Amino acid sequence: MTRNRRGREQIDCEEAVRRLAEYLDRELSQASRAEMEVHLQRCRDCFSRAEFERRLKARIRENLHTDQVPQAFHERMKTLVEGLGE
Amino acid sequence: MVESEMDRSAEWFQEEVMELLPDLLGAARSMGTTGADSEDAVAEAVALAWERLDDLREKVRFRGWIFRILRNCCLGRIRKARSRPETVSLDKEGNEGSFSLFERLHQPFLLWWSNPEMTFLDALLEDDIRQALESLPEEYRTVVLLADVHEFRYAEIAEALDIPIGTVRSRLARGRSRMQEALWRHAVDRGLRKPRSTSGNNPT
Ligand SMILES: [Zn+2]
Repeated sequence: MTRNRRGREQIDCEEAVRRLAEYLDRELSQASRAEMEVHLQRCRDCFSRAEFERRLKARIRENLHTDQVPQAFHERMKTLVEGLGE
Repeated sequence: MVESEMDRSAEWFQEEVMELLPDLLGAARSMGTTGADSEDAVAEAVALAWERLDDLREKVRFRGWIFRILRNCCLGRIRKARSRPETVSLDKEGNEGSFSLFERLHQPFLLWWSNPEMTFLDALLEDDIRQALESLPEEYRTVVLLADVHEFRYAEIAEALDIPIGTVRSRLARGRSRMQEALWRHAVDRGLRKPRSTSGNNPT
């Protein structure tokens, strides 16, 4: 890492790739996230990589997440939780 | 517990459970149970969670906590269904887990309007993604599922699976890498990609 004039840390590509998963998972600290964003604004390669990983992650959720449960199961669970505490 | 307090926590519990129901059922299925067994595992976990609600220290930890209960219910059912417990060998501390689809697909010297990695993503089918996730060993599959499908925080995954947060990170990295490798293999099998995808002028 090097420092720019304002004294902020600048990360290199290797570090950006290392942090990418945690960046996309929103697990980085605020400072670390800010450094990452500066790098992504300046580095087209890392930006493309981040965009790809972000969209792949979104595709996985879109394809595999469902808000639907079978109606009978929904009713069964509703009855179960409503009967609790009685 | 005072009665009104009991009512309040019952009401809170009902709301949380009903909102989380699709995630709980999806997770039970992904943890290896099927059909009515998945539904029974969720019902069992919800009933157990209610009994043990006093163990839950902070309400914000509810998701991780109830998924942990659910996971144990699922594991119990799977063990019963199988006479021989399946042993999954996790990768040792090696450097595995570095397959990158992006690196396979990205071609830095192409003109700006050509974007092979995004074209690849657009061509992926829902089945490709489902199969790639299902091909992972259970330990990796559950971590990827909780993070990517159910959008759990690392701390919640650690709690749900009762593993340290560092293990969440490493399993997630390896799981995602393996999943990308599986997606790549599907694409090669379906003829979307040639096994070697460099510039296209390989000597034959
Ligand atoms: Zn970079």
